[in-house]
Amino acid sequence: MSKSLKNTEQVVDTHCAAPNSSQTKDKGLSLLKYMLIGIVFGIVFVKAEIISWFRIQEMFRLQSFHMYGVIGSAIVTGIISIQLIKRLNIKSIHGETINIPTKVFKKGQIIGGFIFGLGWAITGACPGPIFAQIGSGFTVILVTLISALAGTWIYGKFENQFPN
Amino acid sequence: MTQFIEWISQPWPWYVAGPLIGLTVPALLILGNKSFGISSSLRHICAACVPAGIPLFTYNWKKEIWNLLFVLGTAIGGFIAMNFLANPDTIVISESTQSDLRALGITNFSDLMPAEIFSWNTLFSGKGVVFFLIGGFLVGFGTRYAEGCTSGHAIMGISSLQWPSLIATIFFMLGGFFMTHILLEPLMKSVEF
Repeated sequence: MSKSLKNTEQVVDTHCAAPNSSQTKDKGLSLLKYMLIGIVFGIVFVKAEIISWFRIQEMFRLQSFHMYGVIGSAIVTGIISIQLIKRLNIKSIHGETINIPTKVFKKGQIIGGFIFGLGWAITGACPGPIFAQIGSGFTVILVTLISALAGTWIYGKFENQFPN
Repeated sequence: MTQFIEWISQPWPWYVAGPLIGLTVPALLILGNKSFGISSSLRHICAACVPAGIPLFTYNWKKEIWNLLFVLGTAIGGFIAMNFLANPDTIVISESTQSDLRALGITNFSDLMPAEIFSWNTLFSGKGVVFFLIGGFLVGFGTRYAEGCTSGHAIMGISSLQWPSLIATIFFMLGGFFMTHILLEPLMKSVEF
């Protein structure tokens, strides 16, 4: 494959919350590392009871520090990590400069954010815990997942008609 | 070893769980130059299954298979934690939350999820419509409209000091407070709680 083609793949997708800046193609077994990180993540979600509808209710009722502690310390860890990566110019294992695309402000972060918050308090789950809930045996949450996919699809279908 | 299993079976405190979740950010960046975000997986599934010529779902989703493997791993992790590392004791929920929820008609506090809502028996009832259909729809619609969820905005976005993500996170919380304190009670009453 020519180098120029590789570069055209680098167009940053502004819709994507989880942009992929990798220029190295992951295939086969090297993809498994992402599943492993996901497994650790899922275990933490269950063990710290983040998948619990009750914990989310406690959070929105300001009756427990637990979820604020989890999210807050995750952010602090993330800030320190990214500052270290930037200041020490740490490269990816493939030798690439680490790229964090800029998020562009849109009205969607206000309107869509609020709508997501409504759903978060009903389901007791953001998208990550939905997957962990299904895996941990609350199989009926598959229906929540399908509804979430429907919500995503409907947004995509009528994207131009929503203020942004 | 038995001691270790016993220790790991206890619920993990926030100061263990939070940093572990935060470490997902540098892990994904260093291992694959990838930004952390989970609601994107919903978009990739739409793109893979029902793109229907919609611009939002027309892209090379195969390049993002890593994200789908990540959420598959999250489900497997949930399975492992529940089956091999499960906490033998019942969940401890704050007293005030219990009494608030009792007033709404919730009586069973023995599991991670209230059994009177989250079971197949409630699926074809008003409760199922509210908690699975409406709830799930709002999560999927809202996260795509906001271009991210708790992971992509609150954790990845704020960690990289991006103010649009801080705004998104503030509105996630406002939406949650509004639902919990204003809408939840009438909603639950309407489905015979």
